[in-house]
Amino acid sequence: MIQRTPFADTFTYVLMALGFVLLIGPFIVILAGASQTLQQVNSVPFRFVPQDHLLENAAAAWSRASLGTAMMNSLIMASLVTVGKVALSACTAFAIVFFRTPLKHFFFWMVFITLMLPLEVRVVPTYAVAADLFQPFRLLIAALTGIEVSVEWNLLNSYAGLTLPLIATATGTFLYRQFFMTLPDELAEAARMDGSGPARFFFDMLLPLSRTNMLALTTIMFVYGWNQYLWPLLMITDPAYKTTMMSLVALLPSENGTPDWNVTLAGSLIIMAPPLIVVAVLQRWFIRGLVATEK
Amino acid sequence: MADIDIRAVHKSYGKTKTLHGVDLSFASGEFVVILGPSGCGKSTLLRMIAGLEEITAGEIAINGRIVNTLEPRERGCAMVFQNYALYPHMTVAGNIGYALKVAGVPKAERDRRIEETAKIVGLSDYLTRRPAALSGGQRQRVAMARAIIREPKVFLFDEPLSNLDAKLRVTMRAEIRKLHQRLSATSVFVTHDQVEAMTLADKLVVMNKGHVEQVGQPLDIYHRPASVFVASFIGSPAMNLFETRVETGAATVRFGGAQVPIDGALAAQLRGKDIIVGIRPEQCVVVQPGNGVSAKVDFVEELGSGRVVHAEIDGQPFAAVIGEEMRVRPGDRISLELPPSQLHVFDRDSGRRIEFEAVPRAPQNAAEAPVLAIVE
Repeated sequence: MIQRTPFADTFTYVLMALGFVLLIGPFIVILAGASQTLQQVNSVPFRFVPQDHLLENAAAAWSRASLGTAMMNSLIMASLVTVGKVALSACTAFAIVFFRTPLKHFFFWMVFITLMLPLEVRVVPTYAVAADLFQPFRLLIAALTGIEVSVEWNLLNSYAGLTLPLIATATGTFLYRQFFMTLPDELAEAARMDGSGPARFFFDMLLPLSRTNMLALTTIMFVYGWNQYLWPLLMITDPAYKTTMMSLVALLPSENGTPDWNVTLAGSLIIMAPPLIVVAVLQRWFIRGLVATEK
Repeated sequence: MADIDIRAVHKSYGKTKTLHGVDLSFASGEFVVILGPSGCGKSTLLRMIAGLEEITAGEIAINGRIVNTLEPRERGCAMVFQNYALYPHMTVAGNIGYALKVAGVPKAERDRRIEETAKIVGLSDYLTRRPAALSGGQRQRVAMARAIIREPKVFLFDEPLSNLDAKLRVTMRAEIRKLHQRLSATSVFVTHDQVEAMTLADKLVVMNKGHVEQVGQPLDIYHRPASVFVASFIGSPAMNLFETRVETGAATVRFGGAQVPIDGALAAQLRGKDIIVGIRPEQCVVVQPGNGVSAKVDFVEELGSGRVVHAEIDGQPFAAVIGEEMRVRPGDRISLELPPSQLHVFDRDSGRRIEFEAVPRAPQNAAEAPVLAIVE
């Protein structure tokens, strides 16, 4: 609906300004606080004007929470989750859309239903499996044969443990499926006539055609992977595998110590940066991939 | 170059049967057109030859080799699709050369053959463009080049011209014909357009509801349609068909207040029989008032070279083509003569053509009496 009346215009602008302030407000607080000195940040009232102490605060935060390792771990985790999710969901959607198997609708709905079961809901059983990978088999073998097998194999304190349970994704599968279904059947048939098998078709046709989708998904999933908190907290006890979200706690001023919120804010600014950069770089594709399919 | 044999081919999707036993054989180098209304199973048949649809029963052989279980790439067929099905992310060269790339042809040779093929279809200047930047006719040419480059034994066309505008369609039709003369690969062309079918075909196959109605040369089919369906489907304007009964006395049918004689030799066996009589609009002759069949003119269509009079005889619509020198207005009454030699007679129950033919030198039939044969 397009309306051009002064009243409607004013109303739209007020709404937009309101939304903007709501979204940008906390960010300005962080930016201002992170660049102030200890005195300035604790002064009342708080001043929303950035100062010039950002770098020293950031350096202090970096060393206090050993952000170097944490950032690296988070980067590895978010990248693995992103790559895994993008690849897995493309394959799943490929199988669901392009192959004629009697069970494909069943599988699609099974994948779809997992939308209702995010990690937070299934965190206990998932942890149980990750902590003892053989448990389900052991129970099965014991039930069938009565033999107790004792194999110790777990994913605690490893990148595999951090990423694998997060890789399955209904959102991505759904996004790919919708895109694949817009492709005409003749495309696959023409490729078949040209002698290309399913794998070739996937790599030569589907992947290049779904580039925008892939980048959109990459954006969402990277942010999702980066922001994981609960799962790393459960899986990781070894400080060498700590992620940034876990280090946020270390950035808080100790209860009776100096209230140096400027350092805390500078640290959170650093932690926020990577997803911000990814979104900024990929936003053009992100919007295109989600809104419409390329012609 | 390859011949194609289709033997008792059936197709069903679950309980719905779309092809009920099709037997056809196409000679090497022939241009075959399969014509029929939508939903008659013609595309399904083509896709079964290509290997894109499974064959429910029966067998298809290309060059004597049964291909039922072969993958499309192993059958040596190339196909041109109705919506072209070009690869949107590849350039024209990429599209044309994709089959060679899959087959592992070295880049240098591939480029050479892409050049050659592009020249045949007149696309040499467009090799670096994407399909989105081409016109409909150019896309159609890319689709054809993509088929040509593989040097296939069999070309399959699935209504390739129906997305083009009328003028382009005529041009592309001529180009396809020329291409066939040049490459002389066996071609199977599916269409619902009878003009395409008549102009392109060496052999015409008319299909209806999953059955083959008639196979033959286009002119044969036009002049001697084997069934009521073929008679009404081929020819424009469509053949006039009317249900009637042959008089028991004289061998005539009553029509428009007149007695129209049936060909003398046929007549004897037809007396008292329920038949369908057909006559093409262009075979009707306008005669002096008082003679022939009287018709009331409803409206007139101008064709330039002549005009089609849509009239009514005994409450039934009837069309006749008349010369441009005649002036006819809606509401006029005209008299038409229906020449007996131009009448087509069909059995009313089976819808098949009733043919009068003299059986040559049949020993037990010394009298050589004309017999009725129902054409199968």
